[in-house]
Amino acid sequence: MNSSVITFPGSNCDRDMDVALKKFGFKNKMVWHEDIELPKSDLVVLPGGFSYGDYLRCGSVASKSKIMKSVTNFAKGGGKVMGVCNGFQILVESGLLPGVLLRNKYLEFICKNIFVKVIDKNSPYFKNIKKDTLELHIAHNEGNYFCTKEQIKEINDNNQVALVYSDKNGSVDDANNPNGSMKNIAGILNKEKNVLGMMPHPERMIDPTLSGEDGSIFFNNLINNLK
Amino acid sequence: MKISVIITLKKDVLDPQGKVINQTLDGMGFEGVNDVRQGKYFEIDIKEDDKSKAESEVEEMCKKLLANLVIENYKIIRSQ
Repeated sequence: MNSSVITFPGSNCDRDMDVALKKFGFKNKMVWHEDIELPKSDLVVLPGGFSYGDYLRCGSVASKSKIMKSVTNFAKGGGKVMGVCNGFQILVESGLLPGVLLRNKYLEFICKNIFVKVIDKNSPYFKNIKKDTLELHIAHNEGNYFCTKEQIKEINDNNQVALVYSDKNGSVDDANNPNGSMKNIAGILNKEKNVLGMMPHPERMIDPTLSGEDGSIFFNNLINNLK
Repeated sequence: MKISVIITLKKDVLDPQGKVINQTLDGMGFEGVNDVRQGKYFEIDIKEDDKSKAESEVEEMCKKLLANLVIENYKIIRSQ
C-alpha cells in the first residue's frame, strides 16, 4: 500500500504521520506543497500543524496551494484522503468536507487525551474496527466543528459522522465535549466516504510506552481495509 | 483603486472573542454594552480603475478566499 503525506509550510505532524504509516506497513512518500502531481497513492494524508501560521483562517491558505488541485482530483475520483487536525481544517476549507472548524468554545488551546466513539463502521477507515471507543490525543485551538442547519441534516442523512467525543464507555454528552463542537463531532466523512477529516491524532497513539495503542488499532485496521 | 472590505461572523455563529471583549469592557466600567462581535477588515489595492469591475473582482476574492461563507458575511464598504 502506497501512501503520501503532504508537507505544507508550518506542518509539524508530517514526520509523526510518516513514522506511523510506515510502522503499519505503508510505503510512504513525503510530498511538498509546491509539487504539482501526487505520487501513485492508495492513501493521501494531510497532517497536523499550523500551515501558513494559521493566517486568515486555519487551513485556508494551504487549501489553495498547488498540490491541493491534485489532491482534490484524487479525492473526486474516489481516492482515499485523510486529514488530521490542521489537515481536517484544510479539507473543510477546500470544500472536500462540509462545515468549518471554529475557535474552541472556551478560547483555550487544548492538548490532552480524549475518548471518541466510533459512529461510522462502514467506511474504509473504520470498517471492521473492533473497539467502540478509542483513546486518542487532541492538540488544537480551532477544533470546534460547526456547519449550517442544511449541512448537518445532510451529514446525518448520509451517515457522515465518523467520530464523536465521548467518555471511556461511549457516553456522548456536553461534559465530554472538549471544544464546543456541534453534536460532539470529532471527525466526519464526505458523502462518498472516501475523504475523512478528524481532529484527534491517531499517529500519536501508536506506542504503549509513550502514549497508547488505540492509534495502532486504527492504522492496522485501515491498511487491512485498503488491501 | 483601493477597496475596503469587512468580514463579519454570521448572526448564529458563536463569537467567544467578542464575548470576552464585551465582558472586559463591562469590567472596565463600560456598563452599557449589549453585545460585541469581532470581525476582519481588508484594504485591497487593485490595478483595475473601473469601480464596478474592481468591486466584482473583490467580491470574487471574498467568495473564494477572504471569507468562509459557512460562517462569515462580507461587505464592500468603500471604493476610492
